[in-house]
Amino acid sequence: MRAKGRMMAKSNMRHGVGVSPGAAVGPVVQVRRAVVAPVDEAAPADVAAAKESVAATLESVARTLEDKASSASPEAQGILVATAMMARDPGLVAGVNKHLDAGLGPATAVSRAVEEFCTVLEAAGGYMAERVTDLRDVKDRAVARLLGSQDPGVPDLVEPCVLVAYDLAPSETVTLERAQVLALVTEAGGRTSHTAILAAQMGIPAVVQVAGVTELAPGMRVAVDGSTGTVLVEPTDEATAALTDRTAARADLLADSRGAGTTSDGRHVALLANIGTVKDAQEAASLDVEGVGLFRTEMLFLDRDDPPTLAEQTEAYTTVLEAFTTRDATRRVVVRTLDAGADKPLAFADLGTEENPALGRRGLRLGIERTDLLDTQLQALAAAAEATGADLRVMAPMVATRAEASWFAARARAAGLGTVGVMVEVPSAAVRSAQVLSAVDFASIGTNDLSQYTMAADRMLGELSELLDPWQPAVLDLVKATCDGGAATDTSIGVCGESAADPLLALVLVGLGVSSLSMSPSRVSAVRVALSLHSFVQCRVVAEAALGADSAEDARAAALAAADARVAALL
Amino acid sequence: MATRTVEIASAVGLHARPAAIFVQAVTATGLPVTIAREADEPVDARSILGVMALGAKHGETVTLSAEGADAEQKLDDLVELLSRDLDNE
Repeated sequence: MRAKGRMMAKSNMRHGVGVSPGAAVGPVVQVRRAVVAPVDEAAPADVAAAKESVAATLESVARTLEDKASSASPEAQGILVATAMMARDPGLVAGVNKHLDAGLGPATAVSRAVEEFCTVLEAAGGYMAERVTDLRDVKDRAVARLLGSQDPGVPDLVEPCVLVAYDLAPSETVTLERAQVLALVTEAGGRTSHTAILAAQMGIPAVVQVAGVTELAPGMRVAVDGSTGTVLVEPTDEATAALTDRTAARADLLADSRGAGTTSDGRHVALLANIGTVKDAQEAASLDVEGVGLFRTEMLFLDRDDPPTLAEQTEAYTTVLEAFTTRDATRRVVVRTLDAGADKPLAFADLGTEENPALGRRGLRLGIERTDLLDTQLQALAAAAEATGADLRVMAPMVATRAEASWFAARARAAGLGTVGVMVEVPSAAVRSAQVLSAVDFASIGTNDLSQYTMAADRMLGELSELLDPWQPAVLDLVKATCDGGAATDTSIGVCGESAADPLLALVLVGLGVSSLSMSPSRVSAVRVALSLHSFVQCRVVAEAALGADSAEDARAAALAAADARVAALL
Repeated sequence: MATRTVEIASAVGLHARPAAIFVQAVTATGLPVTIAREADEPVDARSILGVMALGAKHGETVTLSAEGADAEQKLDDLVELLSRDLDNE
């Protein structure tokens, strides 16, 4: 049962929300938060000396950024070099000096001068506004150094550790070494936060919403249980052993899990991988999965200022498709067209600021506005499919109406793509699924966004985790509605949200009529075992038990009671 | 005082990367070069923040000015730089 995010003061056990299963024990490394200039920072006694000290600090920040640039990818390199130049900018130095002359303290002067430039760049909009993040990075480093603190962010990891943060941003984690991270623990975040997705991708345990965890001393040993959502501080040998035993029991159950997903009576349920990069694809291809159920193509282009060209995209897609197309077996690759906007802004696809980005021109809506981007991507996909002979299927994100589904299908088919589908993540598409699905060949339910839109709860808000629980009966009802529409139109329905990765919830989804499940590859074996322990009729019984409940908690409990007892060990 | 006008060739304007390349080239001249967009006030072309804040877009005309040794030749070189699509280099 899930514990609330509260701290038990006198115990060494902290409770949070487990978002990625498994257990690990290791020393704490804290991701440092940015320090801010104190409000009452004293004016420097010697202004000339303060000017020199600030200039030297900015120069040292520039050097650090150049060092990082020398080992970065070519894309990141350009940005880092430009950021180093910002730290050395004569205009910035002049701005800081002006504030020092006016009697401000050094850290305050740097913050003010940087924020003045941020305002100007934000006013310039578009590409320039994107660079505000980089300029603030200069500020955060300079302010930390002026105040005698260390630079914010993830420190260099020298041994395997438990990474602890208030919250993790994608920009902080792009360079993480998988081998050095045993587990992730955050104070904020939620079920579908970046931390949860990252942990699932890396196949490591993670717990979010653990109160007070950022106050743990670096180097302190903690035991993290991502299944129960608990964090033990300085665990006893006994506690460590118990955790290790449970991990071993789970491993036993998973040991013989291989091959295609089937229920005990032989109904096939394709078990697929969610991927975002060429590297993910190559890793997933080497694993026991039946293909890719969700290729998040925007992940290839997150740090780009300019749109990727047809040739570049064709090359990337060809590499991905090749990985799943061998002489012996062609495994399917389901590609989602660019899903930019909201929490995943792309500089080259920026349509300007919106009040409610999650409800704005994102997903296919962006594709309709920027047909140049969509058409280039479709052409590149068609060329890659042609070159590899792969089983490529393409789908559009954020489809709300039949008209949108038809528009996309026509465009994709015109580009030469044979198998076309839509994501079902907007409630309207689930409610009217028979109409929407009649325009396409397949559909995939994105349960993270479907939950967010059904429950009207921002998936980035950890405080709303309760509402975003994938067991919410209203969300299960919409999955059922989609499957009913699929049955009426003879369209196959998959699920590619994190719901698919929960072995118990997977049984419910299959019972509702879902025929493929796509998830982080690390989760496939547990789902495969759960399926193999149940017949299709049993899955329907589990699904009915869940649908009959009137809260997320009861739905899960009812499903667990209806399922084979061995499933509990997989959760 | 030497001055030149040039049309920005970079496909996405003088944003981060093209701005960085331009500012590096300006700094290398050792001259206090300024850059101005149409009727706006000229800004220090050695300041990447100033150049980015200018927000010069593709196809827009900017004016470069400089005084000092070989100013004419050095401005010609900078004009040549801005006439290339720095994003695709």
